[in-house]
Amino acid sequence: MKASKKEFIAEAEDLLFESQQMILEIQDTYQTALNPDTINALFRSMHTLKGLSGLFGNQDITDLSHALESLLDDIRLGRIDVTDDVVNFLFKNLDALRSAVDGVKEDKEQNLTEHINEIKSFRESMKEGAIGPDIKGLIDDSIIKVLSEYEEHRLKANIKDGKGIYLLKAILELSTFDKSLEELTKIIKSKGELISTLPMSTDIPDGSIGFNLMFASDNRLSELKDEMKGDIEVLVQSKRMMPQPQKKEEPSLKTTTTTIRVDIDKLDRILNTIGELTLAKDAVKRIGTEIAEVQRYSPFVRDVHKISRTFERRLAELQDEVLEIRMVPIGQIFSRLAQVIRRYSREIGKKIDLTLYGEDTELDKSLAEEIVDPLMHIVRNSIDHGIEPAEERKMKGKKEHGSIVLKSFQKGSHVVIEVTDDGGGIDVEKVKKKAIEKGLLEPDIELGEREIIDLIFTPGFSTKEVASKISGRGVGMDVVKEKLSTLGGYTEVYTKKDSGTTFTLTLPITLAIIKALIVRVGKEKFALPLTATSETVVIEHKDIQTIEWKNVYYIRGEMLPIISLWKIFNIETEQSDRSFAVVVGFGRRKLGLLVDEFLGQQEIVIKSLGEYLKGLSGFAGAAETGKHEVILVLDIESVIEKSLAKQVGIDSQREGISYV
Amino acid sequence: MQRERRSKSILIVEDSATTKALIKAIVEEMGDFNTVEAGSGFEALKILPTQEFDLVITDINMPDINGLELISFMKNNPRYNNLPVIIVSTERSEEDIKRGMSLGAMAYITKPFKAYELQEVIKKAIVYEGI
Repeated sequence: MKASKKEFIAEAEDLLFESQQMILEIQDTYQTALNPDTINALFRSMHTLKGLSGLFGNQDITDLSHALESLLDDIRLGRIDVTDDVVNFLFKNLDALRSAVDGVKEDKEQNLTEHINEIKSFRESMKEGAIGPDIKGLIDDSIIKVLSEYEEHRLKANIKDGKGIYLLKAILELSTFDKSLEELTKIIKSKGELISTLPMSTDIPDGSIGFNLMFASDNRLSELKDEMKGDIEVLVQSKRMMPQPQKKEEPSLKTTTTTIRVDIDKLDRILNTIGELTLAKDAVKRIGTEIAEVQRYSPFVRDVHKISRTFERRLAELQDEVLEIRMVPIGQIFSRLAQVIRRYSREIGKKIDLTLYGEDTELDKSLAEEIVDPLMHIVRNSIDHGIEPAEERKMKGKKEHGSIVLKSFQKGSHVVIEVTDDGGGIDVEKVKKKAIEKGLLEPDIELGEREIIDLIFTPGFSTKEVASKISGRGVGMDVVKEKLSTLGGYTEVYTKKDSGTTFTLTLPITLAIIKALIVRVGKEKFALPLTATSETVVIEHKDIQTIEWKNVYYIRGEMLPIISLWKIFNIETEQSDRSFAVVVGFGRRKLGLLVDEFLGQQEIVIKSLGEYLKGLSGFAGAAETGKHEVILVLDIESVIEKSLAKQVGIDSQREGISYV
Repeated sequence: MQRERRSKSILIVEDSATTKALIKAIVEEMGDFNTVEAGSGFEALKILPTQEFDLVITDINMPDINGLELISFMKNNPRYNNLPVIIVSTERSEEDIKRGMSLGAMAYITKPFKAYELQEVIKKAIVYEGI
């Protein structure tokens, strides 16, 4: 990607994010206390985006943001009132802009003419012409003449609200007037709204400059006089002289943050370098150990040990710091989801209360981005299929409003994200029927409720009778599951009829560098991420039993299904009486993987397998061991997946590992 | 037109750096003009007393004081009331442009404009005012 294009996208995305926050604020406040500054700021964002895209030659985005700018202009000038429809329309077009910006990313041409025309007709249909109070006669003509249309609108709106309109005369020193005026403006804004700043032309001593500041306020004249120097004239009496609670200090626009924006690719490169340094560190350590075997504890050996320990500590620090830089709060993702939930629920006429927990929970930026689509899919499913229509809910004695809870928390080195709805739950019988119809399940196989529900994650499964507008996009839960698996995480679902469904996504906090167990099978070596393993055991082959075609081993009285890695990968191995087993997975997804030998623990940097081997499932990637040797890293989730699928008789449609 | 020895001074008041630079380039292309830039109404108020200007080109929608307030200030001040003003604004601000004209601006041009269009307007202002 060209740098300029990247810059454009980064800046445009920032603007769109800001705009989204502002539209959300408008949505939350327009019925009670909409701050005109928010509309104005949104208007300015669109203006900036227009300029930006014009500069980078994106005509379509320029035109669309221009059209939106005009719409927002109508809104800020009071020609169009903010309503539910207006807010939804803004969200809709924000989406259009976002996908247009995404289009730039992928070099896709987009035709936005339809959106632009729609905005045009929307403006026409909404415009009623703001009829405010007649201000002629109330306010001196010489003042009205100078007001811009926006200022006039704000003046009328404030009079309509029953606010008092005041004119403050301030004579200031010419050389420093902007600073003094800024202070004065701050005071005025704490008391009300500044409408116009008009420089005076006459009767001003040399070296000075005078201003007439017109502002609206609920305060009494006497109260205002205490706070402000200069003559204050009452233009319009306030209709409510109620003493108002002190308004919060206007937040300064001056940025106090010291942050910079960094391309995630650059951080990836630093992490890769750290990974390679880790290998170098291991080599130094190994050399130290080898020398120690020959020289015992000579000062030289001690030195090597000391240096390699320092090396190790500092490297770990550096790694932690870089990983921390990559962390973002999940709230960023939640607010995007919140937007979708609010809009879609309204579109299909379902009322939904949204609750967010744990927005501060942090996870790696790249993981956060990867998790958006799966979450979006789950949320859409909940709105569409989970939450029942209002009448049905009433009949069941539930609240008319459905509820969706997004919750996130940290659990060890994992982040858990839960999406809970209080809908109808997943219908087990329906799922079973469908699975049989689709040929995913043999009719005569008896499955437990949990296993049946897990069938929704099977490729090719979908209970939808009619594809709906929202979730009918040809993506199934299988895609969600697969995505989580490639991220090194897993998906679970808990459902109860008529009470609702919870989807739980668990994924590691960071990617990149992981601790792994290196194992040997025949002549091959594999790395197993430690996060996926719970323990290792030595198993005598005679203790392995066969139950219903499954090999199992009893560990502390609990049954553990056993699968041999040499069978999975069809590797020749020596015959022996016993093997080593790595216990992977959790709960009922526990599995023992048999290997020939444990070679030890190591930190590894997972690298992708590249284009040619991309479709191969069963492997998370490859890693270097530091001895100029490359080994494959197992994708434990998909191994478990395949093994369990095999056992319950589901014929997996994916290619990759074959089971012998 | 260029009989006087002093080159003409033009004050450009515009908060958008891009538009400001564009106007400056267009003006300078016309020949012997000395341009001074102000990024806001406040800045213009500070610059105005410091030197003699022959023409002011101003935007309307700006933070702090807007173009209308600036025009009103100049037109009511004996020191500046003969100074011609050209408004440069977007077509969306039609109503504001009208107000500016009634306050005493001599011409306006709407964004986006072509270089020659602005130059035409400036030429007319110069001929009309005899500067």
